[in-house]
Amino acid sequence: MGTEQLQRYTLAVLSHLALLAAWHLFVTLGNVPTFVMPSPLATANALLRPEYFWWRNIVATAGEIFGGYALAVVVGIGLAVLFSWFRWLEIALMPLLVSLNMIPKVALGPLFIVWFSYGVVPNILIAFSISFFPIVLTTARGLREVEPDLIDLVRSIRASRWQIFVKIQLPGALPYIFAGAKVAAILAVAGAIVGEFLGSERGLGYLMLQVQVTLDTAAMFMAVILITLIGVVLYGLVLGLERILVVRDARIG
Amino acid sequence: MAFIRIDGVRKVYRTRGKEFLAVSEATFDVRQGDLVALVGPSGCGKTTLLKILAGLHGYDAGTVAIGTATEPFDPARDIGMVFQQPLLLKWRRILDNVLLPAEIMGLPRAASVERAKDLLALVGLRGSEDKYPYELSGGMQQRASIARALIHDPKLVLMDEPFGALDALTREKMNLELLRIWSESRKTIVFVTHGITEAVFLGTRVVVLTAGPARMADNFEIDLPHPRTLDMRTHEQFGAYTRRIYKLLGME
Repeated sequence: MGTEQLQRYTLAVLSHLALLAAWHLFVTLGNVPTFVMPSPLATANALLRPEYFWWRNIVATAGEIFGGYALAVVVGIGLAVLFSWFRWLEIALMPLLVSLNMIPKVALGPLFIVWFSYGVVPNILIAFSISFFPIVLTTARGLREVEPDLIDLVRSIRASRWQIFVKIQLPGALPYIFAGAKVAAILAVAGAIVGEFLGSERGLGYLMLQVQVTLDTAAMFMAVILITLIGVVLYGLVLGLERILVVRDARIG
Repeated sequence: MAFIRIDGVRKVYRTRGKEFLAVSEATFDVRQGDLVALVGPSGCGKTTLLKILAGLHGYDAGTVAIGTATEPFDPARDIGMVFQQPLLLKWRRILDNVLLPAEIMGLPRAASVERAKDLLALVGLRGSEDKYPYELSGGMQQRASIARALIHDPKLVLMDEPFGALDALTREKMNLELLRIWSESRKTIVFVTHGITEAVFLGTRVVVLTAGPARMADNFEIDLPHPRTLDMRTHEQFGAYTRRIYKLLGME
């Protein structure tokens, strides 16, 4: 790691620590009541309350986020690939997808619950429905971005459509796929939590509603932090995969 | 018999009921090992003619025949192409970019890698095998794309303004490089340019195309010795050739 890179990481860590310190000072110096805003220490202490089943709730929420996201990636990329193979399919379905995407996905929550009852499935579906559109859009765009001259070049030596897809189109679309996947990662987290708010019997969003009643603000803070951490892990995984698969020069977004 | 025989080729594009004449009266021969320059302004049909030779476009009249009994031509394997942009795949190292046509044609890998290394040395890119395209300058990327056009040992190399995007100095350097690569590889090259000096300097033969309407205006041999050198451009004979082309293009 270069010195410059080390400095950047140090500064990033410092800014996070500074926020924590500011939070602590604001609460202690301002005599803010705990039920309004707990100190960082009080927030951490909420983890010690066994009746909140932290671990079980973390697993439930993470499962919904990762499940909905994985579904969005598979369906999103798959659909975009079909669009690039069958132009008429794109002409028929893309406007429909744009219309469907205008539906506020949150409004679908109560319907999903009617159809699939409470639990993990409707929350996965909300996370999926909110995060899959950007992936379709960017992947379809990426698959279209091929130099016509390059296609001429390989067609002059009789490259098959499959060879053009595997060797040129798909790897060329990867930077676009990742640009969409990064946006989708953030949306998937929001989708899963909204699902838990609407109706659920486990998960960090569910826990927040429970402790809201008893005004245990520290537990609510902790839940928000844990949700954020799950999102950071997901985003980090996507970023890491991008670093492995996409040459530096080709990365976008 | 000439390696390429083009006789009375005519090509018309039809878009929304309108007809646009892209090529007409194109008649010329290319001998094996020739470096023929197609020169003319935008819209004169030189790129269209190149794509007809590549088998990428059909044509409406005339005949195009490539290959002879002693030198047969397989349209699926014997064409290499170079464009104005290097069109290298960003995610492949230079060596793997050069190997792309070999992969598509299913040529044996080990032999192709050896050949790719030799070709990279030929175009002056020895040591850049493991670099990514973004690590090379525009001129060096274009050298790599020339190596890629030669990897499957095609009998005909088609170049569409290959140095048009380079700065003037790099372009002159690449002209000399192309002549060296051509004389070492003994390929037949058809080369599209709108540079009149470039056409005369590089070509063993120059085909002049004019626009509005598109037609072939002239076709003549360049009788200058090889290897060509930059100072030949001040020769009287060189000037006579360029004046002939300028005149045809209505610039004198």
